[in-house]
Amino acid sequence: MISSLKDFLLNHRDLVFAVVKIAAMFAVIMPMVAYSVLAERKISAFIQDRVGPNRVALPLVGNIPVLGPFLTRLGLWQPLADGLKSFLKEDFTPDHVRKIYFWLAPAIALVPAFLTLAVIPFGSYVGSQKMVLADLNVGVLYTFGIVSLGVYGIVLAGYAANSKYPFLGGIRSSAQMISYEIAMGMSVIPVFMLVGDLNLGKVIEYQAGGLLSWNIFKQPIAFAIFLVAAFAETNRLPFDLPESETELVGGYHTEYSSMKFALFFMGEYAAMISASAMMVTLFFGGWSLPFLGLNQPAAESALWVGVAHIGIFIAKVLVLMCIFIWVRWMLPRFRYDQLMDLGWRRFIPLALANIVITAVVLLALSRG
Amino acid sequence: MTDLLFYIFSALAILCGLMVVANPFSRNPVTSAMFLVLTIVSLAGLFVLLHAYFIAAVQILVYAGAVMVLFLFVIMLLDIRAEERRRMKLFGIITGLGSVGGLACLLIRTIWNSGVGEGLNPTLEGETRLLGKTLFTQYLLPFEVVSILLLVAMVGVILLSKKELK
Repeated sequence: MISSLKDFLLNHRDLVFAVVKIAAMFAVIMPMVAYSVLAERKISAFIQDRVGPNRVALPLVGNIPVLGPFLTRLGLWQPLADGLKSFLKEDFTPDHVRKIYFWLAPAIALVPAFLTLAVIPFGSYVGSQKMVLADLNVGVLYTFGIVSLGVYGIVLAGYAANSKYPFLGGIRSSAQMISYEIAMGMSVIPVFMLVGDLNLGKVIEYQAGGLLSWNIFKQPIAFAIFLVAAFAETNRLPFDLPESETELVGGYHTEYSSMKFALFFMGEYAAMISASAMMVTLFFGGWSLPFLGLNQPAAESALWVGVAHIGIFIAKVLVLMCIFIWVRWMLPRFRYDQLMDLGWRRFIPLALANIVITAVVLLALSRG
Repeated sequence: MTDLLFYIFSALAILCGLMVVANPFSRNPVTSAMFLVLTIVSLAGLFVLLHAYFIAAVQILVYAGAVMVLFLFVIMLLDIRAEERRRMKLFGIITGLGSVGGLACLLIRTIWNSGVGEGLNPTLEGETRLLGKTLFTQYLLPFEVVSILLLVAMVGVILLSKKELK
């Protein structure tokens, strides 16, 4: 029995490694989602000169002198309390909703953000294993395809609620996401013109040369457009018009409560993480650092380099997450017509111009 | 494994395609649209099995991600109850079945005559560069004609929607 299991595992090594990688990814992403909520609350508190969550204490850990109260003041246990609360609260389903879509929408909202992470190369090699779930040749197209499905969760939530505010939120979201997808897709074309490949692993290899070969320095306009479009795609302030508390109450999730609401909330943060991971891959050199020899893929024997690469990638993602949060508490919300104006009249022409300029420069370089 | 996935995706595509037009449980246009999205996604799965990753990604990106969202957008702005009340007419059923039957006969005859292939040689496997070269050399004229057609359509839409264009 055990030997046949061993045979099975040895014969399906790829499968086993894939399952292990997926499990490890979930084990990293889920706490990241929970703790980015905490980071959001703490950073907003800092910006607004408040203290933020500082009360939740664990029974035994809280009693350790100095360290226990310190962790409590940091709010380190707050995500546990928040999670417990969303499980235990009454899951209220209003009478007028369309039941099937009301159940489906929160799940659909959460899934695309995770699917996007499948093609992100979050490290070079650990041992002989390439640190990416699916090494697709059309990696970036896959990402945009999945990102474009993200709108269904919100639109269906707005439709399912069958009342006015969520409906307006859903309508706004569909128009906003489609508009900014175009700008986002066009903004990265110059990056791939430079790299000459759609595979995200190749994009990182291209940037591994040194700090100045990072795409943010080669394509600053592309990065600016991508960053703003990422804010619009993840429904973050200054572009959170689909939920817009002051006019639409809560927008698409007005009628949701308890765990279903929490799923939307987690979906938003998971989408932020995958958008940050995309930006790190495309513009910030992915897992590479330009010193200590960390800019080359790890050799099979150098396990610690492989692990360090994963750490570097996560650290870069965390920095971008902080920027997401910071911007939310610094800028006021745009008006809807301003949002559309910015997307269609500014960013799309700018992205097109950027493509043409990059093409001309590349042509001139190859001729000269 | 590949065979099994082929049958799963084909069954899903056919089933969801049927549910788009003849859903026995609901006549809600939004439900039809969502089943159409599922059909498109299953078709993308079939493209992946054929090693056409690029087509699969574009299928999801363009059809499921953009076109169908616009469909939903329009459907949600319409009066759905009127559509749910509408009854099918005998004339519509007869002409509809007739035209679908004719097309199906043509398709089946073509497939029947072409015989079973020998499995494909996946040279275009995710190779977007090759695809681009083919499009811009061998099929340049059709490609440009289609582009101009799209441009004309766009200009037409703007002209129709802006009635007081100066």
